[in-house]
Amino acid sequence: MSALIYLIPIALLMGLAGLAAFIWAVRAGQFEDPEGDACRILLDTDTPLTGPARARSGPGSAGP
Amino acid sequence: MNTVAVDTAGCPSGLAPPSASEAADPSPFVRRVGKQDRLSLTVRGAKCGACLSRIESAVGALPGVDNARLNLSTGRLDIAWSGDLSARRIACTVSDLGYGVAPLDTRAGDTGHRKEEQSLLLAMGVAGFATANIMLLSVSVWGGQGEMGEATRQGLHAVSGLIALPTLLFSGRPFFHSAWNVLKRRRTNMDVPISLALILAFSVSVAETIGGGEHAYFDAACMLLFFLLIGRFLDARVRRRAYSAARDLAALASRTVTRISKTGTHEPVRAEDIRPGDRILLASGERAVVDMLIEHGESEVDESLVTGESLPRFSAAGMQLMAGSINLSQPLSGRATAASADSLLSDIGRMLEAGEQKRGAYRRIADKAVSLYVPIVHSTALLTFLGWWLAGLGLRESILIAVSTLIITCPCALALAAPVVQVIAAGRLFRGGAYLKSGDALERIAACDHVVFDKTGTLTLGTPRLVSISLPAATLEDAAQLARASRHPLSRALTAAAGPGPIATDVKERPGLGLEGTVNAIACRLGSAEWTGARASLHNGAALFFVRGAELPVELRFEDDIHASASATIARLRKLGMGVEIVSGDRSDAVAEVARTLGIDHYTASASPQDKVRRLEQLQAEGKHVLMVGDGLNDAGALSLAHASAAPGGALDVSQSASDAVYSGGLAPLPLLVRTARKARQVMLQNFGFAAAYNLVAVPIAILGYATPLVAAIAMSGSSLIVCLNALRLNLASEKPV
Repeated sequence: MSALIYLIPIALLMGLAGLAAFIWAVRAGQFEDPEGDACRILLDTDTPLTGPARARSGPGSAGP
Repeated sequence: MNTVAVDTAGCPSGLAPPSASEAADPSPFVRRVGKQDRLSLTVRGAKCGACLSRIESAVGALPGVDNARLNLSTGRLDIAWSGDLSARRIACTVSDLGYGVAPLDTRAGDTGHRKEEQSLLLAMGVAGFATANIMLLSVSVWGGQGEMGEATRQGLHAVSGLIALPTLLFSGRPFFHSAWNVLKRRRTNMDVPISLALILAFSVSVAETIGGGEHAYFDAACMLLFFLLIGRFLDARVRRRAYSAARDLAALASRTVTRISKTGTHEPVRAEDIRPGDRILLASGERAVVDMLIEHGESEVDESLVTGESLPRFSAAGMQLMAGSINLSQPLSGRATAASADSLLSDIGRMLEAGEQKRGAYRRIADKAVSLYVPIVHSTALLTFLGWWLAGLGLRESILIAVSTLIITCPCALALAAPVVQVIAAGRLFRGGAYLKSGDALERIAACDHVVFDKTGTLTLGTPRLVSISLPAATLEDAAQLARASRHPLSRALTAAAGPGPIATDVKERPGLGLEGTVNAIACRLGSAEWTGARASLHNGAALFFVRGAELPVELRFEDDIHASASATIARLRKLGMGVEIVSGDRSDAVAEVARTLGIDHYTASASPQDKVRRLEQLQAEGKHVLMVGDGLNDAGALSLAHASAAPGGALDVSQSASDAVYSGGLAPLPLLVRTARKARQVMLQNFGFAAAYNLVAVPIAILGYATPLVAAIAMSGSSLIVCLNALRLNLASEKPV
């Protein structure tokens, strides 16, 4: 039973870490544009290494 | 996705029609932050990932742009740049891709709604964390019944209490706040019993923990909070969507106007800075934002959004021009006759507000349920306490039983019953091509038994199509060479029929008459019968004449096509027991023609916006619940007044924001909308019925004192789960049309 003395705090700390990550995500605007983010993962923003060089000043800076 | 063909205008997936209007100069809306210039634009018509990629990469490729990010959910494009890039160029880059663009006034943004949604999400996250962790401890208490030592149990209760206290203080705020506000005004709402249950459950549990008692309700209090916050968050999300659509109206009104100063220089200013009497310039392709009196120039003006008239009107000096009209051919200058706040557009805005207020009086099923619920719960809990106390049970035990009654009757299932159904119905409708804008839209659409259609742009495509099939290809091509130089809808139809090609040299446009220019070294004319020297057309619709040199004029006939899905849709709506009629601002013969083709007996033509509103009031007086379907500025008043309303995706922002639902891809989603709404109402009522039945079973158990924390946890989560599963049934219904 004495294991509870440190197991409960460990469990709570792990939960708190998850909660902190969630709070960060909400504050950082991760849930602002669910539709756009769903599409963004499919966007191919890389330009080919060879071939016609496209002049681009940062392709729309994907990612927050 | 850089492979997307750049020549397609608008959304490459065809989810929204391309926008034709030209971008206004957004430069008065640029904000300077440090060395960077920042601008926010509202982009209309961006619906898919390819839109996102096209817009961001096109704007990002402009010189000096540091960041361009489009929010697909709200249509807001934020741009930050340094250097001397003009704001107008950014707006034009987006509008050239075929998207509607308007500057967004960040001062009037929806930060309030965003904050509310964000804080609810945070509160929900915290409550979820607490519920899971306290449940972990509670399960060991329940599992260890009889074996667990008293000190261990007390310790576990204390840890639970330590988790529950900050959770209650943080996540309970929305409920406490709202309950306190209504109590101050000596009224009550659902948040009063919720707050009371939360506070009592917590206090009693603290007392039990200190006294070494067996039952603590920390887990129940947090779980209650968690479930209620889910419902609250879903509701806030639906309402914010509705609000951000209403904001489009503000975006439309916050456009830029080119003012001509006394010295003759042109300067872009915000529409609200225009005073009556200011001289303003309306470039071709621009939409008028204030009412004006034309002083110089003559042009064709598209008033279809203001009056519903499908063909452009010739306008010259001395004529009045209404806000919302689009100048098609030549620049016009004139004097503002009203400030933007007094212009037609704002009048319509006020009509919208009036309608919205009337609609605000609508009481949701959920609100009705709650007003019945609150007194019953309170008196039951009080009577339970008094009953046990008078029967001789101790004060502590009596309070414990009364509190467990309050907890177990707390409206978890009730709070989830409506929002979950709404979210699932909205998802189903979205797949079917319609999206909902207001939270109570479903309930109102479900009650509708009469549909009123606008004609132009709703039943018909709103754009003319060339129907002269027997035309020689060479003639068509020559006529198209002239037509490509013009913005007139008939010229566009001709261009669309002929496809891309060269433009004739030295094309001149004479507003009200037609075009002239040189094709293959022969002088040609395209335009009215008078302009080309032909006899007047016998065609019951729009017609153009084309004449090459001294040859005989050729007639080109156009028709405004009826949507392919229109007649099937009307048949389906009738099958659902709905009456159908047309109220249009267009010419009588054009409306009669459409009504005959579709087999609709009741129609009203040449209706002004006021006429439309009057007709709807008349129908309402007859006791009908009207679903209004329309797209134009002239429909906006009627849309907001009707019991429920829908607008096509191609409609003007104002109309979309005035309506409850927006649909795309023809009229086919309308029957689906009505059917889903009715089904959703049915499921919602079932859910409320279930919540009532649950209480009938749970309350006696609680009153008798058998509602231990374990029973409360099972009952609460079980009932919420059943309500959610029942709502999911909406998805199981066949997606096939009736």
